[in-house]
Amino acid sequence: MNDLVRRYGLSLTAVFIAVTAFWLLALVILPDLYLFENSFRPYLPIVEVGGPKDFYSFDNYLTFFRSPIHIEIFILTIVYSSVVTVLCFVIAYPLAYYLAKVARSNVVPTLFLLLLIPLWVSEVLRAFAWFIILALKGPLNFMLMGIGIIDQPIRWMTGFRSVVIGLVYTYVLFMLFPVYNAIQSLDTNQIEAAEDLGSPWWRTHWRVILPHAKPGIASGAVMVFMLSAGSILVPTLLASTNSRWFTEIIQQWMFEAQDWNTGSAYAFLLLLICTIFISIVMRLFRVKLSDIAK
Amino acid sequence: MSAGVDLDSVSANFGSFRAVDCVTIHIRPGEFFSFLGPSGCGKTTILRMISGFINPSEGKISIGGQDMRGIRPNQRPTALIFQNLALFPLMPVWENIAFGLEVRGVDRKERRAKAEELLRLVDLPGAGEKSIAQLSGGQKQRVAIARALAVEPQVMLLDEPLSALDLKLRQHMRAELRAIQKRTNVTFVYITHDQGEALAMSDRVGVMSHGKLQQVAVPQEIYNSPANGFVASFVGENNIFSGRIGSVSGNAAQFETTIGTFKAMVGPNAERAASAKLYVRPEHARLVSQRINGENAIPVEVADVAFEGNFISIQARDPGGRILVSEARNDGQASVPSRGEKLLMVFDPQRAVILADETPMLSAASG
Repeated sequence: MNDLVRRYGLSLTAVFIAVTAFWLLALVILPDLYLFENSFRPYLPIVEVGGPKDFYSFDNYLTFFRSPIHIEIFILTIVYSSVVTVLCFVIAYPLAYYLAKVARSNVVPTLFLLLLIPLWVSEVLRAFAWFIILALKGPLNFMLMGIGIIDQPIRWMTGFRSVVIGLVYTYVLFMLFPVYNAIQSLDTNQIEAAEDLGSPWWRTHWRVILPHAKPGIASGAVMVFMLSAGSILVPTLLASTNSRWFTEIIQQWMFEAQDWNTGSAYAFLLLLICTIFISIVMRLFRVKLSDIAK
Repeated sequence: MSAGVDLDSVSANFGSFRAVDCVTIHIRPGEFFSFLGPSGCGKTTILRMISGFINPSEGKISIGGQDMRGIRPNQRPTALIFQNLALFPLMPVWENIAFGLEVRGVDRKERRAKAEELLRLVDLPGAGEKSIAQLSGGQKQRVAIARALAVEPQVMLLDEPLSALDLKLRQHMRAELRAIQKRTNVTFVYITHDQGEALAMSDRVGVMSHGKLQQVAVPQEIYNSPANGFVASFVGENNIFSGRIGSVSGNAAQFETTIGTFKAMVGPNAERAASAKLYVRPEHARLVSQRINGENAIPVEVADVAFEGNFISIQARDPGGRILVSEARNDGQASVPSRGEKLLMVFDPQRAVILADETPMLSAASG
């Protein structure tokens, strides 16, 4: 704080703080508090708001537990978000290792640029691109049949396949960067020391590189999981009739049923249970929150 | 079990830079061999080639008579101790030491016992459960040695492992390393830029400069009979005189300089070299008031006197204004000259040597 004042002067520092405070308070905290408060109140015609029927209860939350379909969709959302997270790790780890320790340092910036260019295109367009790629008579099936891997086109847009593919594509970089940072901070001598002591490559990864990269993997996993579970765009565009995402239910409560109260309750349930789920998984893998923050 | 290491005309090129230039050396089984040289002389490259992390551009390396070409670092009978030690910070001490055994499929109980045994060898009994971060610099050093010994290497490679330690500990670890080497009888190949370390610990020393081996000899010989000007000036101090060789008789010659002509011994290849200089160690130069028969003498004026305790270092100005250094042992009786005093610096021709700047190339480059 003193540093800030010294560098920018008192008035400019005050502006910085005011803007940050406004953003945090007016755009993050207050809307959340508003929804949180609403989630405990019934959905009523406007005239009855504030009347005798308007009292706090857990009814909106109980709506969820009384609906087996919603519970099932919720569980599937958690399960497939986990699948997305694991797939992102499987793709990102070798790539991160390659970028951090194998690739020559003069080609790394080019490789990063290639990875980042797709991000310059809007997420909507990218999701649509997958809509085309995964179509029954689309380029992916055409290519696979061309190489001779399959002889019948695969129906990609059924079940959660296309949603998982779309989410992995959208969020894999959120796994790549923290894992890359973690591996890059590992002293290359340690990898060589392991090899010098006779370790085959897989054991070096298992015993030396992976444990070192664990905080990076954890923060990537938390990010990918939360973003996937909370994603609305990809599931809406790429889902089929038999795959629904929990965020779609929230969206339906809020914008189709106009029932913001139940919608809010569902949204907070998603937040709460995802947080609990992540805490449990982190405890299982013995990662502390403070490790991630590093 | 220990094995010798043979380097046969080994070179290493990085692009157009020749880091190691046609080095041939036989390191004997059970020997403590040091490569000594300034940073960038190619000594670390040699070590990395022996351990297998770099392939020689030319030439052949054998360990225990076995050709090492195409053999990966994890298949070689060597263990490397890194300059920064490269201990695994997320494993406790004993797992660090036992890592090489874990790799070889030794079961946990046996690994633990072996780790304890090695901890006793390096004088750290009971430290097995500690984490690496809890150890001091010297203790980390010992763990690194134990980790390398655990795989029972035939050749131990050490890359300036003492450079991060403070002076006292460094001197202690010198003796320790030497003792461990004698106890285990493993061949040690040691890399250092510290002449004191190399001379004190090694059976033989190879002095390197610009990728080339300048001299390979026992420590006394490196110091007393340097092969060329580089070795003489890199190992120990010298008064160096520029000039040219005059008349030669046998292995002695007249050396003509701007401040007089001196009698001195002729070093290897010095006569044929493009340029040669005269080298006199400070401990062989004495300050006296009267000429001594048969010794060279330079009139000097005392410029500064430093009393170092066990010896006295005197800087004196020659007629050309250059500073010469004389060192005398402090035997408790020698009188210390005072600044400005006019004396003679004398040195025995047997103790003065004319050396070529660098040994003329014997390798392919000269044809």
